[in-house]
Amino acid sequence: MASEAQGAKEGGLEFHPMDQFIVKPLFGGDEIAWYTITNVTLWMALAVIGITAMMVIGTSRRAMIPSRSQSIGELAYGFIYKMVEDVAGKDAVKFFPYIMTLFMFIVFANFLGLLPMSFTTTSHFAVTITLALLVFVTVTVVGFVKNGAAFLGLFWVSSAPLALRPILAVIEVISYFVRPVSHSIRLAGNVMAGHAVIKVFAGFAALAVVSPLSIVAITAMYGLEVLVAFIQAYVFTILTCVYLKDALHPSH
Amino acid sequence: MATNTNAAEAAYSVHPMPQLEPSFWGNQVFWLLVTLVVIYFVLSRIALPRIAAVLAERQGTITNDLAKAEELKAKAVEAEEAYNKALADARAEAQRIAAETKAEMQAELDAATVKADAEIAEKLAESEKAIAEIRANALASVEAVAKDTAAELITALGGEADDKAVDAAVAARMKG
Repeated sequence: MASEAQGAKEGGLEFHPMDQFIVKPLFGGDEIAWYTITNVTLWMALAVIGITAMMVIGTSRRAMIPSRSQSIGELAYGFIYKMVEDVAGKDAVKFFPYIMTLFMFIVFANFLGLLPMSFTTTSHFAVTITLALLVFVTVTVVGFVKNGAAFLGLFWVSSAPLALRPILAVIEVISYFVRPVSHSIRLAGNVMAGHAVIKVFAGFAALAVVSPLSIVAITAMYGLEVLVAFIQAYVFTILTCVYLKDALHPSH
Repeated sequence: MATNTNAAEAAYSVHPMPQLEPSFWGNQVFWLLVTLVVIYFVLSRIALPRIAAVLAERQGTITNDLAKAEELKAKAVEAEEAYNKALADARAEAQRIAAETKAEMQAELDAATVKADAEIAEKLAESEKAIAEIRANALASVEAVAKDTAAELITALGGEADDKAVDAAVAARMKG
C-alpha cells in the first residue's frame, strides 16, 4: 500500500508526514493525467479566488481614502512595485505584472497551505521548478534580446586579473545554471520541511503523555511556518528581481 | 493501516516522497501554468491598472491640496500684512490729527493772547489819556482857582486886582 511505505510504525505511533503531499483526483478515478482535476487544481483555484478577492474585489470601490481591503491590495502593490524598482531598476517596471503574479501566487499558495487539511501546491518541486524555470528562461531571453552577445559579459569578470578570468567564467556559468535549482528547491524545501515537521509532531500527540508538548511544538512550528510562508515568497520574488537586474544590466 | 487511504492511492504505488512521483508532475505543471496565466490576466488587466490609477489620483489630490494650502497660507500672510499696514496708517492718521488739533489750538490761543494784549494796551493807553486829561483839567482848575483866590485876596486886602499881574504871579508860582 502506498501509505504504508510512508508510515513508520513505532510502538503504536503512526507517522505519515508525507501523505499530505499526495496528489489525488478530486472526482474519483485512478489515473492522474495532465488534465485531471486534482487537489492541485482545487488549491490553485482557491489561490486565484483569493488573489482576485484581494486585488480586484477589495479594490473595486477605487476609494480615495482606502478601505481596509483596498489598503491591503495597495500595500501589496506598493511592496512589489518598490522592490522591482529598487532591485531591478526603473526599466524593469514593465516586468512588474509578471513578478507580481509570481509573488501573489506563491504567497497565497503558501498561506492557503497553512490551513489544516489543505494541500500546499508550493511544496512540490514540480511547481517550484516550473516557476524557477520560467524566471530563468525569461531572464536569459531578456538578457540576450536586450544586450545581444554582451550579455555573456555577465560571465566574464573584467575586474579580476586576466589569468583568473577563464576560471571565474566557468564558475559563473555553473552558478548561473544552478540558479533555477536553488531558486526552486529553497521554496519547496522550506515549505515541505515545515509541513512535514508539523505532521511528525502531530503524530506524537497520539501518546497522552507527550501530547501537551506536542501541541506546544505544533503551535511554535506553525508560527515559524507563517513567517516562512511570507519570507520564502519574498525571497523568491527578490531573487527574481536580482536575476532580472543581471539580464538588464549585465556588467559587473 | 493508514487512515486516509482511498481508492486512488490504493490503485498504484506512490513514491515515498510524493514530490518525486513522476506521475504527478504533468498535472501539476499544467494546472500551475493555467493558474499563472489566469492570475497574470486578472492582475495585469484589472487589478494593477486600477490600483495604479487610484494611487496616482490620490497623489494628485494630495499635491493639489498641498498647493491649495500653500495658497491659503500666502493669502493669510497677505491679509495679516494688510491689517498691519491699516493699523499703522490709522496710527499715523491719529497722530497727525492730534498734532493738527494741537497746532490749531495753539494758534487760537496765540491769537487770543495777542488780542488780549492789544486790548489791554489799548485800555491802558485810554486810561493814561484819561488820567492825563484829568490831570490837565485839574491843573487848569488849580490855575483858575489860584487866580480867582489871588484876585479875591487882593480885593479883600483893599488892593486893586490887576489881572495881568495876577496871571503872571500865578504862572510864576505854578512853575515853582
